Amino acid sequence: MKYAYYPGCSLSSTGIEYDMSTKKVAKSLGIELWEIPEWNCCGASSAHLTDHLLALALPARNLAIAEAEGLDVAIPCAACYARCKATEVEVKNSQEMKKTISEVIEREYAGKTQARALLDVFVNDLGLDSISALVNKPLKDIKVASYYGCLLVRPPRLGFDDPEDPQSMDQLIKALGGTPVEWAFKTECCGAAHATTKSDVGFSMIEKILTAAKEAGADCIATACPLCMNNLDMRQSQVEAKFGKNYGLPVFYFTQLIGLALGLNPEELGVNKHFVNALGLVKKLLEAEGRRDTA
Amino acid sequence: MKRVGVFICHCGSNIAAAVDCEKVAENAKSFPGVAFSTDYKYMCAEPGQDLIKKAIKEHKLDRIVVASCSPRMHEPTFRRCIESGGLNPYLLEMANIREHCSWVHPDDKERATFKATELVRMAVAKVLKNEPLDKSTIPITKRALVIGGGIAGIQAALDIANAGHIVDVVEKEPSIGGRMAQIDKTFPTLDCSACILTPKMVEVANHPNVNLITYSEIEKVEGYVGNFDVTIRKKARSVDMKACTGCGTCYQKCPSKVPSEFEMEMMDRKAIYTPFPQAIPNKPVIDRENCRYFKTGKCGVCQKVCPTNAVDFTQEDELVTERYGAIVVATGFDLFDESVYGEYGYGKYKDVITGLHFERLINASGPTMGKIKRPSDGKIPKNVVFIKCVGSRDEVKGKAYCSKTCCMYTAKHATLVREKIKDSNVYVFYMDVRTPGKGYDEFYTRTTDQFGAKYIRGRVSKIYEKGDKLIVRGEDTLLGRPVEVEADMVVLATAMVAKSDAAKLAQMIGFSYDQNHFYTEAHPKLAPVETHTAGVYLAGACQGPKDIPDSVAQASAAAVKVCGLLSKEEMPTEPIISAVDEAICAGCGMCVPVCPYKAIDMKVIQERVHGKTISRKVATVNSGLCQGCGACTVACRSAALNLKHFTNEQILAEVDALCL
Amino acid sequence: MERIELTAALAQGQELLAEVTRESGVRASKCYQCGKCSAGCPVAFAMDKTPREIMRLLQLGLMDEALQSHTIWLCACCDTCSTRCPREVDIARVMETLRIIAKKKGYVAEKKMDLFHDLFLKSVEKHGRVHEMGLILGFNISGMQPLKDAHFGPSMLLKGKLSPLPHTIKDNGEVKKIFANVRKRGGKV
Repeated sequence: MKYAYYPGCSLSSTGIEYDMSTKKVAKSLGIELWEIPEWNCCGASSAHLTDHLLALALPARNLAIAEAEGLDVAIPCAACYARCKATEVEVKNSQEMKKTISEVIEREYAGKTQARALLDVFVNDLGLDSISALVNKPLKDIKVASYYGCLLVRPPRLGFDDPEDPQSMDQLIKALGGTPVEWAFKTECCGAAHATTKSDVGFSMIEKILTAAKEAGADCIATACPLCMNNLDMRQSQVEAKFGKNYGLPVFYFTQLIGLALGLNPEELGVNKHFVNALGLVKKLLEAEGRRDTA
Repeated sequence: MKRVGVFICHCGSNIAAAVDCEKVAENAKSFPGVAFSTDYKYMCAEPGQDLIKKAIKEHKLDRIVVASCSPRMHEPTFRRCIESGGLNPYLLEMANIREHCSWVHPDDKERATFKATELVRMAVAKVLKNEPLDKSTIPITKRALVIGGGIAGIQAALDIANAGHIVDVVEKEPSIGGRMAQIDKTFPTLDCSACILTPKMVEVANHPNVNLITYSEIEKVEGYVGNFDVTIRKKARSVDMKACTGCGTCYQKCPSKVPSEFEMEMMDRKAIYTPFPQAIPNKPVIDRENCRYFKTGKCGVCQKVCPTNAVDFTQEDELVTERYGAIVVATGFDLFDESVYGEYGYGKYKDVITGLHFERLINASGPTMGKIKRPSDGKIPKNVVFIKCVGSRDEVKGKAYCSKTCCMYTAKHATLVREKIKDSNVYVFYMDVRTPGKGYDEFYTRTTDQFGAKYIRGRVSKIYEKGDKLIVRGEDTLLGRPVEVEADMVVLATAMVAKSDAAKLAQMIGFSYDQNHFYTEAHPKLAPVETHTAGVYLAGACQGPKDIPDSVAQASAAAVKVCGLLSKEEMPTEPIISAVDEAICAGCGMCVPVCPYKAIDMKVIQERVHGKTISRKVATVNSGLCQGCGACTVACRSAALNLKHFTNEQILAEVDALCL
Repeated sequence: MERIELTAALAQGQELLAEVTRESGVRASKCYQCGKCSAGCPVAFAMDKTPREIMRLLQLGLMDEALQSHTIWLCACCDTCSTRCPREVDIARVMETLRIIAKKKGYVAEKKMDLFHDLFLKSVEKHGRVHEMGLILGFNISGMQPLKDAHFGPSMLLKGKLSPLPHTIKDNGEVKKIFANVRKRGGKV
């Protein structure tokens, strides 16, 4: 299996561990990732909020490069995925837009190459059976709140899972030997850049999600979005301070959880790069594993 | 020499505003064959009709063209008019200058007038070729069929039977009673549903003119008005109805438990069962899919304990064919599948239920003996939320239409919660409150004012579980503020939808249904219980969402139509049917499979050719079955088939008039 | 409370409403004001008008009031409203359109949020990618809060999560051209 790989800007800085774990895990699972050379930013919500054409044109350049290679694009970041998918669908559905876009980016893009969320690729292309067959350190007794956020599932015409109660990440957690918790905030918005630009509003949105995950009995949260990660992980201490709470909830990229279950080195997966200590939970997992081995 | 009279109608301003009617009448005077032409404000009114009749006499007219509305509206009117003026009614031709002209070209009088003139020119050309036609008659079978044994079917059957006609009621379920039997109380009077329904069930069962055929389905329908041949599949009950006394020993002893459909799966029934205690007939059936004997070949407990030896595992489905003069379709409705609302968690959260579940919860013979209890833990709910328009008025996830009954039954439910649980709080999320029935708005006002239900104007966006509570999020759109209720139970007022097999039945009988699969009435205002198929009538929610009073009223209306039909010995048939010119029929048989009414057969004729007698096959049309659709005339390669009143010659005359 | 003269408002708002309809592809008249959007909106708690009220303002042609609201800036583009709307009204798209028009008209109720997006796109145009550290620094300095979130800096650098220097892609001429081509077509970038 070979895909073009579009990491997006966050994965080379704040979300570097998402990039590290994606590459490691893909290799272990036999998925070949061809990183789009000199890819550009998808424009994120900033382009989307400023100009409709710019928002379609920026991702189109990356898709065009992949299309020339004849590859679909695997995209880890949920926000990048949504922007790329929107472009693909709009170009596919309108000859006029196809023409305009090709003129603006000065490359040919016909909407043939598909934007695929990395989670979708793992769960639906590779398949849960193939993944669970390779698990050697199951996430036993770990309760995970799968957090999909907005952009993997909405709007429904672009998403690949149920917009109200998505299941793909939960099924993946199960395949890794972990326990997904039932909770109602899987697709509630974390506020995206609000935590930076309008912190009181953003923090309050983050607080609701962390509280719900805690109340659902989760040991940790799994995510597929670097911005969600920033909000839930890096901002967790700020939210705790503001609301007088104590969550201590590690947040993982789902790729890191796959890596751990495959027995990969936690540091190579970037588990040490989180703000909320995630290594503690990993250690507990490994100790329990050790105990089972000796017993 | 044929003498055509042309009459141009203004239809008030409906036509005259867009078409210069005087000018059209003037233009028509020059058309070949026209002896008289005039215009008038309302041609269909009595003075208009008198005008036509007078002109027939004065100008010795033998053919008439009326240019007015659609023939669907007034062709029968004008046919009657010229008939009483002494002409054969089929020597009339109508030019539709309203729907086909003035209404679609309101802004260009000159060209609309031109188009109207051309439409009249065509009608004149055709009427010159029209032939007088005579109606024949067919006998009427004096027996009616009612499909569906809910309240609408019961009412229709009783009314027909009381008029002295024999009526068969076919019901799919083991008992009659339908949805109304599941309902606890009825609005706006809060009288008990069973108390008013069960006497009617008994009455219909005991009526000497009524035959109940339960646990049976319609298999095939052939024939036409007055003479429908209907095949009914009587499903094997596995219980001998004559021997069974309804003692109930069998279902007390049966070891197989199945979730009860009647109790909305909140209670179990047995594999041998009657759906509810007041079932009619009160004799059980075996649900073979869930019966241990039928699944494994072992058990047979019911047979062993039956004191009258009525259980019969060897029974088979039975097909019976009966002839009926008229059919009333009263097949009712289904409930919308609310599981599409992921945001409401139906199916995931046990305490999110539908209105019909709630009916069973408050019913004294229901799963909780009439105590309102949460399905999850049996606790009595304190805060109850009702959500209206679930599936209704939602073109994305549900149906665009309003289900009509939910406003009232939700008000009823809200009242009953407040009445039964004194310290309860009731919140009703609504978009509009629609209460246009007698005593309905007063009932709703009491719900809020006397019973203190809180009505919140807004659609709920999400329900989720928090501990043992359900968090319900909405907007109070009157305040413009997001609101939240910590509820113990949520009741969804789910839409009424057509039966899942509604389309199948309509196709089998041969009448039309709308995009939502509700059956289509012949006219939304003037023929609300008729279908476009003669002899087939509609009653109840199969035609559209309806409450009990409306269903009963419609059922009685349908019964009157049936009685009107059955009161005659025979009825006239439309002479606009296909005819075969045997001289040129090649006997190819192409027309036979094309006919949707199975009205064409092949027959052998003898004829003399060059002094020799030969026999050959030709097509023949059954005048009782032919509906005049014309499909065969298109299929006929030798043009031997012609539809009377729409012959090739007549239609070509119109085309020539327009094009040459 | 001031009384609204509806006829005048409708006449005045006609042109802008037409622009919103054209740009967003959404007819405000489709909305039947059920409030499901506002009920599910995760940011509604912070808004001055609920999303439903914005739709109502559009229906009545009260465009200025809609364009000057904080709501259109607080919208997080999460699409919950559009996903659940029973009338298939893409409310999120309307919010996006209103923001773009508000900016053109100089009605920006949330200056900081707007600034963030401007800086973001500047970074993209310049380097082809976003330089997160530069973006945050620039944002905080322009926002007169130079030390906001600064405590994350050192540990970010240590974890290898921030690079002090921007990465500029080799083919950045192409990205600059995309911006230029969009501007040529009337894009307000």
